[in-house]
This record gives sequence, structure tokens and C-alpha cells, in this order.
Amino acid sequence: MISLYLEQQSWLHRLPTSAKLIALALSSVALLTVASPWIMLAALLGAILIYLSLAPQGWRHLSAARPLIPFLLAILVIHYFTDTLVEGCVSLGRLLTLFLIANLVTLTTRMNDMINTLQPCFKPLQLFGIQPRSLALAIALMIRFAPVLAKVLESLDEAWRARGGGKQKWRLLVPLIIQGITLSEHVADALAARGGSAGLNKRI
Amino acid sequence: MNRDRSLVQIALYAAIIAALGLLPKFNIPLAGGVPITAQTLGLMLAGIMLGPVRGALSVLLFLFVVALGAPLLAGGRGGLGVFAGPTVGFLVGFPVAAFVTGWLMQQLRQNQLFIAALIASVCGGIIVLYLFGVPGMALMTSLTFGAAAKAILVFIPGDLIKALIAALLARAISRAKPGSVPSHPAG
Repeated sequence: MISLYLEQQSWLHRLPTSAKLIALALSSVALLTVASPWIMLAALLGAILIYLSLAPQGWRHLSAARPLIPFLLAILVIHYFTDTLVEGCVSLGRLLTLFLIANLVTLTTRMNDMINTLQPCFKPLQLFGIQPRSLALAIALMIRFAPVLAKVLESLDEAWRARGGGKQKWRLLVPLIIQGITLSEHVADALAARGGSAGLNKRI
Repeated sequence: MNRDRSLVQIALYAAIIAALGLLPKFNIPLAGGVPITAQTLGLMLAGIMLGPVRGALSVLLFLFVVALGAPLLAGGRGGLGVFAGPTVGFLVGFPVAAFVTGWLMQQLRQNQLFIAALIASVCGGIIVLYLFGVPGMALMTSLTFGAAAKAILVFIPGDLIKALIAALLARAISRAKPGSVPSHPAG
């Protein structure tokens, strides 16, 4: 399954998922109240230390924050012109720290463990007629549909370029979505033929 | 059995949003090098094609799977980290934007499909989305509201093009496969 999960062992992998999620929620709330640049720096260094403690090459996973960098620099510049540089540094540190600790949970928790831990949260959905089992089926279907559609788009693109291509590539989305709708109709029929989602085995 | 059909459709549009983000080729080259992903196009489409409730549900499903750790946001991003980033306001606005887009589609059913879809995507997929995105960014970056709004204005032209594309797609798809735009009588 496509996931950002890090396949190895560490102390953070062994912690129960619920403990990690609660710790993440508490530290995020705490970080939002910090205004001192020194406390923010300490928090950031703390987050980096946790990455280092993960594995021999834990620091490598700090690069997950790379797409944030242009954003962070822009924020720093805007802060510099609107109020003070210190303010900018604090908000930059806060964003970076929040991102890094949230990403830690994703790196060290399997998708299945996450779904199982969150299962009790879905109970109230039954009041609206949504069964937890339908949710599990929807997740499974989506995770399966995504690579299929990517593959269809790839072959449409190859055919398009073989015919000479062109600039208005968005036109490929028409056959893509039509093929997707056709596919979903087949899947819905297959599901109905097997007695619908209610008739499926409990383990999906 | 209609329920199951809806469920499969919700999963399909969630996957279409994901597929739009998986392909860097589909980044629209405009607005002076600002990376514009096709992902908000996906949420406009979910609203246009599925209507308010199922459209919003499919966007929620997409976000949920992203939060679980699937790298499905544009550029291979995912996990809980993206919900702590400066663009979290947009993510929160995604399902609301899809809902409003779908709701407007229903309100505008008297109009031509193309026009209804265009108005619905501009109002739902741009205006409503930015109503969430800008305050979210101001909150996360402790910038003033005005500064955050200015920083984000560069994305508007690209979003207008996406709304136009969403409307063109809806029209083309309803012509090629009648009945595939259930939110509109002509679809």
C-alpha cells in the first residue's frame, strides 16, 4: 500500500498509536501559545533530536519538510516588512516544529493501526446511517482506484503524444473521467451481485 | 443497492482528486512559476458531478486517507504534517467548497450545464475555498489578514482557469456519457 510509513523499528514505532496521537494534539496546542523565540528554538531542536533518535539515518527524514521551505521564506520576508524579524522567526519555528512532529506520527504508525485506533471515533457516524464498514470499504476502494486512474492517465498521455500531442493536455481528463465512471459502474454492479457492502465479509 | 453505488462513486471521485495530484505533468504553467496543482480542479468536479453531500463526502474521504499517511496531495505530500502547515485552512475548506459547488449546481439547474458549472466552481471552488484558506494562513503564520490575502492572490488566475476547465469537462462528459452528471437535468 502506498504510504509514508517508515518500515523499521524504533522506540517511537513501539509506542501505542493512541499515545502518539494524544501527545501530538497536546504539543500542537502548546506550540500555538509559545511566543518566546528561545522556547520555540528549544522545541524545534527537540523535534530534530527525536528524528535523530529514530534510526542511524533518522536525519534523512527531516527532508520531508523541504516543500515547506519556499513558503517559510516568504512568510519570513512578509513578517520582516510588516512587523519584526523575531515575530517571523517564531512563526517560522512554530510551523516547522508542528510539521515535523505531526510527520513523526505518520512515519512511525502503520495505516492499519491508525484506522484501528480511530475506529471508535466513527461510531457516532452510525447515527447518520454510515456504517464503519462502509467507510473501510470506501477507503479500500479509493486506495485501489487511485493507481488504476494514474495508469489510465499515463496511457492516455502516451497515446496523445504518439498522435502529436498538443498544449491543451487537460482534454485528456475527459476520457479519464469517463473511463473512471465506467469502472465505478462495473465495481458497483459487482458489489451488488455479491449482496452489496452489507453482505461483505467483515474483514476488508 | 443505491447506497453502494453512491459509495463507489464517492471513492471514485476521491481517487480522481488523488490522480490529479499524482501527475506533475498536469500542473498548469501559469501565474509566473507559481505551482498550481490540479487538485482543486478535482474538488470542483466532485461538487459538480456528485452534488453537495456526496461531493463533500468524497473530498472528506480523500483528506482522511491523506491524514492516514498516503502521499496523495500534489507533490507526494501527505500524513498528519500537512494539517500543521500554512495551507491547512485550504484543506479544511476543501469539503465545504465541494459542498457549496454541488449546492449551487442544484440551485442553477435551470441554466445551461456549462454556465451552472462555471458559476458553481467559481463561487464554491474559489471564493468559499479562500474564505477558509486565507484566515487559516493568517492564523498559522501569525501574519495579518491583509498580508496573508496578498500573499495568496497570485493563485487566483490559475484557479479561474481551473473553474473554466471544470465547466468544460462537465459539459464534455455529459455529452459523451449522458447521465454522468446527476446533479443537473441535462447531465
